[in-house]
Amino acid sequence: MKQSIGERLFDVFNSLLLLLIMVLCLYPMLYVFNSSISDPDQMLRSRSLMLIPEGFQLGAYKSVFQDTRIYTGYMNTLFYVVVGTAINLLMTSLAAYGLSRGDLMGRKTLMKLITFTMFFGGGMIPTFLLIQNLGMVDTRFALIIPGAISTFYFLIMKTNFEGIPISLIESAKLDGANDFLILFRIVLPLSKPILAVMMLYYAVDHWNDYVGPMLYLRSQELYPIQIIMRDILISSSTEAMGAGADTGFAIGENIKYATIIISTLPIMLVYPFIQRYFVQGALIGAVKQ
Amino acid sequence: MLVPVVAYYLIFSYGPMYGLLMAFQESYNPIKGILAGEWVGFDNFTMFFESYYFWRLIKNTLILSFYSIVFGFPAPILLALLLNEVRKKWFRGAVQTISYMPHFISVVVVVGMLKTFSSLDGGLFNVIRDFFDLQPIMFLAEKDMFRPMYILSNIWQGAGWASIIFLAALSGIDPQLYEASKIDGAGRWRQLLHITLPGIMPTIVIMLILRMGAVMNADFQKILLMQTAPTYETSDVISTFVYRSGILEGNYTYSTAIGLFNGVINFALLIIANAISRKLNSTSLW
Repeated sequence: MKQSIGERLFDVFNSLLLLLIMVLCLYPMLYVFNSSISDPDQMLRSRSLMLIPEGFQLGAYKSVFQDTRIYTGYMNTLFYVVVGTAINLLMTSLAAYGLSRGDLMGRKTLMKLITFTMFFGGGMIPTFLLIQNLGMVDTRFALIIPGAISTFYFLIMKTNFEGIPISLIESAKLDGANDFLILFRIVLPLSKPILAVMMLYYAVDHWNDYVGPMLYLRSQELYPIQIIMRDILISSSTEAMGAGADTGFAIGENIKYATIIISTLPIMLVYPFIQRYFVQGALIGAVKQ
Repeated sequence: MLVPVVAYYLIFSYGPMYGLLMAFQESYNPIKGILAGEWVGFDNFTMFFESYYFWRLIKNTLILSFYSIVFGFPAPILLALLLNEVRKKWFRGAVQTISYMPHFISVVVVVGMLKTFSSLDGGLFNVIRDFFDLQPIMFLAEKDMFRPMYILSNIWQGAGWASIIFLAALSGIDPQLYEASKIDGAGRWRQLLHITLPGIMPTIVIMLILRMGAVMNADFQKILLMQTAPTYETSDVISTFVYRSGILEGNYTYSTAIGLFNGVINFALLIIANAISRKLNSTSLW
């Protein structure tokens, strides 16, 4: 079909606008990357928009990699992500399977009580004191157990389980399978897509968490990468990284840029490949509503 | 099978709710527990209402929330509508992938970027100011800069990602409606007004209701990272105040009361928004 001039103008304008949005999203990261490998003195003098690096050095990266805090941080984050997500998935599956079955007594009341927690809670201080009283402060448990189920994700998963034909479960029961066997042998294998989505959502939440560690951790050796990042980027502790008096202030800034790149690059490289699962998850969430 | 689940919710969701009783007590005694405290009724609340901080906290929380709704809420909808008009699949895919990108940068890093960008010596923001012959300023230390920086960086980080849900709603609209309207001679503008917007209205309303239930929750994580002492006047919100006075200064019962006040208002707003929406266009959460 032939397009009118107005429509063509609109298409051009629309494409330009979206291009601008792309540039706005990408440019800050490009700036950070170029700054991290630029020569600090040259950068200070030229005050450019850093479309290309000004000079070249890798000293900032060397300093960051010499800092052992980054390694322990990465290791700890890895632990919280892997173990935390495993527990999340187990608990959420138990909840979703248990409550997706229509024959359970008191199911409606239980659902109401659980949904209520999505909109109202005890708040920061009572939660903090509870965790303190349970003796979880300054242990890895504090970051793994208290958030074991996200009610929102649980609702998504439950809706999904409800789509599994009930006859399948009934016939397994007739064959003498108990609920655990049914969940792990039948329901979960049939729900791989939603499990993948939930895994990614939970994992990203653990990866990004910094309020939990800030509230509950005291010992440095338990700190995840986000706390280390906060110390380096926001509380400005680059001096501890060997960017001392002789290298001066400018390399300190380069170290910050390098830290941003090092801590963000892994997820930046992975997410385009897992993007469709995230999107699928958002869609499932939307259908629920 | 549900035993661990019920136990989890009892301990970690309802446990803290039981702890809310502290809000009505003089002080918290870690050894004797909650019931042993001295009851003082609504004293903690009155103390908060009469305190110097009360209006400042309410004002900052509401303003940040209001701006987030006015500027932040429509952003992903607009992006989704723009994307919906793109016919070339590869271009659409590229825009989507790139606009999701900032979502994967952690809050800590985003605030860290804001901080390095505002550096007086060659930070991006000041390089741009320099270009327009303006004096460099410490953006994060300027109280008038806090709100725009907070809102704009939120949009940068979240708009692309939040547009997914609206794109999903858009793809659910029956294409026959567009065909029919074309035959009737409707242009793209008319189609937008009469088909597209009504088509995604339920999703918009649901998202808005959910948003209303969090009006009093400005993003605690981010504000705490962004705020500096000179910006408290515009950046201090209820949750950051609860953190400072409760966790850092140990005024447990007083901050619990403030947190409860906040939670109750949120819950009430959610119920009101839901009721209004159910009356007006029969879309509601429950």
